[in-house]
Amino acid sequence: MTLSLGKDLLGLEPLSGEQIQLILDTAEPFKEISERAIKKVPTLRGATIVNLFFEASTRTRVSFEFAEKRLSADTVNVAASGSSVSKGETLVDTARNLEAMRIDMVVIRHGASGAAQFLAERIESNVINAGDGTHEHPTQGLLDMLTLRDHFGKLAGLKVCIVGDVLHSRVARSNIWGLTKMGAEVGICGPRSLLPNAIDELGVTVFDRVEAAIEWADALNVLRLQLERMTAGYIPSLREYNRVFGVSRERLERGPHEVLILHPGPMNRGVEIDSDVADGPFSVILDQVTNGVAVRMAVLYLLSGGRPELAEAAKSGGGASAAKGKRSADD
Amino acid sequence: MTKSILLRGGRVVDPSQNIDRVADVLVVGDNIEAVGDRIAESVEGLSGLETIDCGGLVVAPGFIDVHCHLREPGREEVETIATGARAAAAGGFTAVCAMPNTDPVTDNQAAVGFIIRQATLANAARVYPIGAISVGQRGESLAEFGEMVAAGAVAVSDDGKPVASAHLMRTALEYARTFGIPVADHCEEPTLAKGGAMNEGVTSARLGLKGVPAEAEEIMAIRDILLARRTGGHVHLCHMSTRGSVELIRWGKERGINVTAEVCPHHISLTEDAVEGYNTNAKMNPPLRTADDVAALQEAVRDGTIDLIATDHAPHHYDEKEREFADAPNGIIGLETALAVNITWLVASGIIDVGTLVDKMSCAPAKVFHLPGGSLRRGSPADVTVFAPDEEWTVDPKRFRSKGRNTPYTGKTLRGRVRATIVAGRVAHRDGA
Repeated sequence: MTLSLGKDLLGLEPLSGEQIQLILDTAEPFKEISERAIKKVPTLRGATIVNLFFEASTRTRVSFEFAEKRLSADTVNVAASGSSVSKGETLVDTARNLEAMRIDMVVIRHGASGAAQFLAERIESNVINAGDGTHEHPTQGLLDMLTLRDHFGKLAGLKVCIVGDVLHSRVARSNIWGLTKMGAEVGICGPRSLLPNAIDELGVTVFDRVEAAIEWADALNVLRLQLERMTAGYIPSLREYNRVFGVSRERLERGPHEVLILHPGPMNRGVEIDSDVADGPFSVILDQVTNGVAVRMAVLYLLSGGRPELAEAAKSGGGASAAKGKRSADD
Repeated sequence: MTKSILLRGGRVVDPSQNIDRVADVLVVGDNIEAVGDRIAESVEGLSGLETIDCGGLVVAPGFIDVHCHLREPGREEVETIATGARAAAAGGFTAVCAMPNTDPVTDNQAAVGFIIRQATLANAARVYPIGAISVGQRGESLAEFGEMVAAGAVAVSDDGKPVASAHLMRTALEYARTFGIPVADHCEEPTLAKGGAMNEGVTSARLGLKGVPAEAEEIMAIRDILLARRTGGHVHLCHMSTRGSVELIRWGKERGINVTAEVCPHHISLTEDAVEGYNTNAKMNPPLRTADDVAALQEAVRDGTIDLIATDHAPHHYDEKEREFADAPNGIIGLETALAVNITWLVASGIIDVGTLVDKMSCAPAKVFHLPGGSLRRGSPADVTVFAPDEEWTVDPKRFRSKGRNTPYTGKTLRGRVRATIVAGRVAHRDGA
């Protein structure tokens, strides 16, 4: 049986280790395309993709858009502000309208957990979750893993600690699922007020002190701390957060070994991460961004029905047709 | 001519008289005339007599639901008193108590009178209004309990909203003593529960949904119990959902504090697992909890810590549930599935017997809320429910009398079906052969 991803990419929790491996392996040949002078292959020519962003996002949206354009898809960006409730139109109506325009894929970013699944259950098009509430952000988890694999040559046995506001982080959840499925050990570190109460039940090791996390980990994935966590009473101040949990050069140098530094961005320099760490020799933060495009190309390609062996062929300008059975019925 | 109904040959289960045997029940006019062995022979030829063969069926005092939302006035597109009262009758309820979170809020005698009038016109199950504790359910000043009771209100509650102020709850419990009515509280500590969409635990952590911890309910449960002790008032705790609440109620009852409590069919049958896939029909407040909580609640029904079972019937338009989980409203409908859910999860599983079931759905609600009914004693109101305890059926919301379709039991095969509901000597619902 050929391994596939199914219709949608909603999260890493439902995926198997083999499926994650497939995406990461498929991303490898796509990396090279972005290094060319002419960064375009015809793989998704004729496919229509809507980037439906209910939340502001620069990095993720641009990354998806580049991935789509480098695969020759036709793309439309829809920026809808706020939730469906405040917008007046319900998400289900939005979905039906998109479907009526005969699109092939939707990339959705939404403030409500479960919004991507909600959409996926109601339309035939492939749905890619670009972040739903505090649930998952699977392509971020994948690009983090690709970056770790690039650096360490493997994921199995790696110790990766996620530092910061895990409670409100979709990046953290996707990392936890993805890394554990790939055989890595996952640590969590942050103030307990910003960790889910039941976090231990997710198969992770919890560190109350960032120093202990640094001692344990091969890599730290440092999460952005939102300013509103302070006003909502989760932490007393950003200043104290930096003093207790901030990833600083001093703390890293006191550790027993080198630790790779990842950050999903955008960074609050001087809050969760100090500038000399973010810009330092062990930071792979910009590699993550580069890998983001390749991972998203791989996901788009696999969901469109492409088979992994054709990803290689895509490089030489051949590639799989994006046409799918269901689309022919619309002709 | 006075109309009479003979319910012949059923298993009469009436815990108020310790009856559980095969017998006939004779209704004459609005009242129960007799329960006995050979009534059928003695009334033969009585003019205007309707006979219902109850062989193999249970004949019980009519069920009473002390907690439902009928949405009128304000949201008539979702439910009306008439559709709600018909749904109640279809579910075997001869009387229901309507919560006051209507629009406008049922917080004065005119609003109470309106509900009574609509219920009379509906001519299905009886509907008893519950008045608001505070004006506009704003949690500030007391509503006029006295005038509302005079107009027909049977209890007060700010249900749907917690009574955040301990002072307001205290004065409500004190003031309600004059009128001998329970103060029914929706136990929810608002700052802990804020923004919560499901039970707090590993499932909420996985799904990325904000959780409501069990303590949000338990803190208010013990606050209310302590205030009942202080005031001597009668506090009735609505829709209890956690093991901790059960333990606190047990603590209060052991000390003779005037506390009663209800549980809903969904909390004794479903766990937070039902939320998987962001199923908005498993979203309610308080939320579905863990298997351990379900087990504690089932045991509390058996041992009497929980006095009664109430539906918290909460219809919503399907559009409102067809949306992102966090934005979907809380609540499910329950009137037409309550009996079957209770039988399937409590009786068929051997936790309680049919007598206890009838007590929790009829006798106890009548007693706790001081309502007529809850008994087949001679002279009692002729409110009777006849049901087939072992009959299986599959839940199809399209067949509900309620306007609501928001149920987590769609497609489930349940045991126990209502066959006839008699309200004030009139057949308000009849099902099957």
